[in-house]
Amino acid sequence: MAGVEMKMPILIVDDYKTMLRIIRNLLKQLGFDNVDEATDGSGALQKLRDKEFKLIISDWNMEPMSGLQLLKEVRADVKLKEMPFIMITAESKSENVIAAKEAGVSNYIVKPFNAATLKGKLSAVLGNF
Amino acid sequence: MAVSTKNTDVESRLAALGKPGAGVDPADIAEVVESVLNSISGDKSGINVKLHEDIEALAKFIATAKADISSLRACEINSKFIPTASDELSAIVGATEHATNEIFEAVDTIEAASAEMEPEAAAPLADAVTRIYEACSFQDITGQRITKIVKVLQDVEDRVSGLLEAFGEKAPEPKRETREPVEPVPDAVPEAASEEELMNGPQLPGNAMSQEDIDALMASFD
Repeated sequence: MAGVEMKMPILIVDDYKTMLRIIRNLLKQLGFDNVDEATDGSGALQKLRDKEFKLIISDWNMEPMSGLQLLKEVRADVKLKEMPFIMITAESKSENVIAAKEAGVSNYIVKPFNAATLKGKLSAVLGNF
Repeated sequence: MAVSTKNTDVESRLAALGKPGAGVDPADIAEVVESVLNSISGDKSGINVKLHEDIEALAKFIATAKADISSLRACEINSKFIPTASDELSAIVGATEHATNEIFEAVDTIEAASAEMEPEAAAPLADAVTRIYEACSFQDITGQRITKIVKVLQDVEDRVSGLLEAFGEKAPEPKRETREPVEPVPDAVPEAASEEELMNGPQLPGNAMSQEDIDALMASFD
């Protein structure tokens, strides 16, 4: 667990309540239990400005603000621009991956995914735990 | 002067027929075609005859299309079939969401019980719970797929309405049950056209990139 603060505040963003619950519980299984939720990009931005987070895990397809738009807003914000940002989405076309990468995404997980994939991407972004 | 008056009359009738929702009657078209032909003076052979045949064929085509659309009972497609299909699909999303929540509640019970057990005994249960959570992501994927289908049906509904109005029939109001959206509709309001093209939801297996392909693509940027 060296190097990774397991109590770090993590913001998860998805408009499907079931997916929020799945991600929250998988994070809990991996040892991360300081998790907050938002259901779209604008709600997430508000939380990011009200409270300090160490990691964002976001869906892409949301309204009114999509995950890609949220990523762009985060990267354009002086205080938030360095924050790790993992996209978890059903969008699995190469143009989506390229657009997310160009916008500054830290890692990209395609749905459906499993706990091992989530753990691997968290390790890649945060360091081994 | 007589020819000019006749042309003006034909033009005004054509304009009337061209208005949206004008109710194009094949008999009206035939009458206009007749007027046009009668206004042509001189040699009607050759290109004029060809023109006559083409216009006559066009009139027949329109009449046939109208008859075909009537036989399809397009009004019923819009007022009944599409709304029913949309409602049924929305109900599937609702049912899967309900079932998923039931599973989650059962998992909560298992987790609470396993917290009281010895670590060795609890470990297999924790693995099983993780697998249940992973499997439950089906609800998100099926929800997005069904939402895509509902959007396609709504697009068909709009096009049928446009077709009906072009033939002068008022598109009926859809007879929907109470259509409360069960889940928020993802990607309904894209920010810009370029982003709209990127919001397609789950792909069919043949079109989807695997996680390995995505990892390789991401790595290619480094």
